Amino acid sequence: MAENVVKLQSSPAASPMPSHAHKDLLRIVIVGHVDHGKSTLVGRLVYDTDSLPEGKFESIKAMSERRGMPFEWAFLMDAMQAERDQGITIDTAQIWLKTKGRDTVIIDAPGHKEFLKNMVTGASQADAALLVIDAEEGVREQSRRHGYLLHLLGIRQVAVVVNKMDLVNHSQDRFHTVEQEIRKYLGSIGVTPQLVIPVSARNGDNMGVRSANMPWYTGPTVVEALEHFSPTASHGDLPLRFPVQDVYKFDERRIIAGRIESGRLSVGDTLIFSPSNKSAKIKTIENWSPDDKKALPMTAQAGQSVGITLDEQIFVERGDIASHVAHAPIETEVFRARVFWLGREPLKVGGAYKVKLGTMEAPVRVQAIERVIDTTDLNTVAAPQVERNQVAEIVLRARRMIALDEFQTHPRTGRFVIVDKYDIAGGGIISMEGYADQRELITQRSTNITRVEHAIPHAERWRRNGHKGGVIWMTGLSGACKSTLAVALEKRLFEKGYHTYILDGDNVRHGLNANLGFSPEDRAENIRRVGEVAALFAQAGVIVITSFISPYRSDRERARSAAGEHFHEIHVKADLATCEARDPKGLYKKARSGQILEFTGISAPYEAPEEPELTVDTAAQPADACVDTLIAYVERNFRI
Amino acid sequence: MNRLDQLEAQSIYILREAFNRIDRIAMLWSLGKDSNVMVWLSKKAFFGQVPFPVMHLDTGLEFPETYAFRERYAKEWNLKLIADACPPLETIDDSLPPASRVAARKTAGLKEAVEKYQLNGIIAGIRRDEQSMRAKERVFSPRNAEGTWDFRDQPPEFWDQYKTDYPPGTHLRIHPLLHWTELDIWRYIQREEMPLVPLYFARNGERFRSLGEIGITFPIKSTASTVEEIIAELEVTRTEERAGRAMDHESEDAFERLRADGYM
Repeated sequence: MAENVVKLQSSPAASPMPSHAHKDLLRIVIVGHVDHGKSTLVGRLVYDTDSLPEGKFESIKAMSERRGMPFEWAFLMDAMQAERDQGITIDTAQIWLKTKGRDTVIIDAPGHKEFLKNMVTGASQADAALLVIDAEEGVREQSRRHGYLLHLLGIRQVAVVVNKMDLVNHSQDRFHTVEQEIRKYLGSIGVTPQLVIPVSARNGDNMGVRSANMPWYTGPTVVEALEHFSPTASHGDLPLRFPVQDVYKFDERRIIAGRIESGRLSVGDTLIFSPSNKSAKIKTIENWSPDDKKALPMTAQAGQSVGITLDEQIFVERGDIASHVAHAPIETEVFRARVFWLGREPLKVGGAYKVKLGTMEAPVRVQAIERVIDTTDLNTVAAPQVERNQVAEIVLRARRMIALDEFQTHPRTGRFVIVDKYDIAGGGIISMEGYADQRELITQRSTNITRVEHAIPHAERWRRNGHKGGVIWMTGLSGACKSTLAVALEKRLFEKGYHTYILDGDNVRHGLNANLGFSPEDRAENIRRVGEVAALFAQAGVIVITSFISPYRSDRERARSAAGEHFHEIHVKADLATCEARDPKGLYKKARSGQILEFTGISAPYEAPEEPELTVDTAAQPADACVDTLIAYVERNFRI
Repeated sequence: MNRLDQLEAQSIYILREAFNRIDRIAMLWSLGKDSNVMVWLSKKAFFGQVPFPVMHLDTGLEFPETYAFRERYAKEWNLKLIADACPPLETIDDSLPPASRVAARKTAGLKEAVEKYQLNGIIAGIRRDEQSMRAKERVFSPRNAEGTWDFRDQPPEFWDQYKTDYPPGTHLRIHPLLHWTELDIWRYIQREEMPLVPLYFARNGERFRSLGEIGITFPIKSTASTVEEIIAELEVTRTEERAGRAMDHESEDAFERLRADGYM
């Protein structure tokens, strides 16, 4: 039996790896409005690079004749009967070109609005894009939308092809009009096309050879233009991101498997796994070779699918992101994203979805849709939902802390997809603008801490004071009258014999929090400290009243968990217009004129409490009445 | 990382996703060059194990060399082999052209196996550059309860996020070699010094470029008797890889019909 099997004799030493293995592979997607000639351009490109297999030309000719049509280049890529019969590309397809120096994959993408999900599928795999525009029709709806999506998908290399020049008598004027229009649009979304080329794909003008019909154009042909693009660089120079894909225990080894999305790792490195924040050292980088002769690698880099073992048996699971300690990802349960929506049902505020980021999955809720962007004119509107094929900026909130990055600095771990029931219904790129990295707030640095048990039970303290201790946490916009109410409440409680004290924003910043500024992280730390101090006052038996805007739910939840059941969240409510009209400290005026950046309610979010213990509406009621409500609340809830 | 390293890393990522996300999967092992690469990649992905069964859809019509290869490497590679016989020709839709009808026995065999072993996922070694309908495939591609492919409405797939959430009754095809070309496969076989069924290498001026059943697969004229020579031949050839597969060419839509019905 063995003689039936050929065991190859070659060895890498005897025959050095031929050039192909090292040849670059460039992937180019062809996008643009329906019927602007994308599939035709692909067919012609394959022909002009001499990449057409034997007999293919004849078989396309036969297919065209069978349908009573002139020769149809699009049939090369449009393989489905439905595509050929209707003359429309339904799904994306790929074909390999034999170009000099490197190999090129051409990805054809449908231009019909119905099939945007297929366009995204194709375009997301590309290093570069050719945006095809019909010279006669000019820039249309999908020309713009595709341009915008290329940008969102992270494709930075774009060239524009103005097609069907034969239909406008190869007019230079018409070409310039279309060129101006598309350059203006792409420029406004931050895309600079590397080239704009006039062609007639059907006739081959400026495809493989320069057109005699357009002597006024002296730039590169489309085939030459392909050489202007380069394959997307791997992210080896960025900080390490190694999302855990699986943990294997096939034998005595416990192997943590995954693909390195950016950076590199080496044996001996200390890794931190987020968001669990456990760390351990890399013991080995595992590998399989047929005869087990090859030594295990000592280092691995971005793009590789690897497996590692650790020096300690810490609990690690799929979805954790391993990094080096000094450059760990952001930890948060709320983040901002720019999303494109492909779902059959619209994306809605309050809607529950699942986010998949790397190998992590987390349930999320849409906290806000900040703006919906019309990709045709880039106008933005406020809307309660995002319809299919729209782009929007939204805020998402997860139930637990998740590890992520901003897209701008870490493209691979700064993007995610949204799953609606069973379907991938959208994709998004992350920005943390206005939101804090909470890593520092949840990481306990010191170890060997043992809590000292008090000898005096809470009940004893309460009995001496005649009431329970606790935190009255007032949250609301600037100008909602938090401080006014706090001061009045404290005075009346004091007069009634309660032990009470106010923690006020400006006061704590003079001492306890004097080292903090106004960055999102510092603001979050400010509130964290206030929450902890308030909890200590409450344990001491005092009714502590805090008066802070505290706009973020996560910060207030942290304060709540510090004080436990003795925490009372009071929403001091007033609409923005009322607060702005009051403007007791003149801050709104400054925010509107741009003197204060990231001002809550104007240029930074206020996340209203979902289930506060009490709401007082200072826009609807006079202050005295509000204080009465508060007094009644305290008397009811702080009674022993 | 060179190109073969990139292809390998991507395929390993896909295999690991399939193994993690789908309960009860099997890999199709046609014994051809591509499915051998797939088995090889699995051993790399899972550090020497192939943690799911490999399945040969046996029509009884393979070449003797192919069966010999199966017996030897199922053992040597420590594979959990399933090799059930496909249903006979008489049970297959007789409106199909003759070669397609033979090929459709595999589709029927696959449907039986999916039911018998209650499989939720099938890993198959198809590639985009083989055939223009395959060029439209997804990496994770759903099939309904009857095994059919709704190619007119496929799920979006981007950023290496695959659709793995489905209502009960759906099963998935996973295509870890979708992004490879025929030349990539041969370069990889060369680099990894992988064994192959000898029919790929020329004898008496002929060799098989694509390996299938006796009677519906035909050899090409070639003198390439080593991997190096095959690579040199493929670098300049203008014929299509599956030119020797009769069922691809019986009518314009023959392959679309086969695939829509669940063929690989």
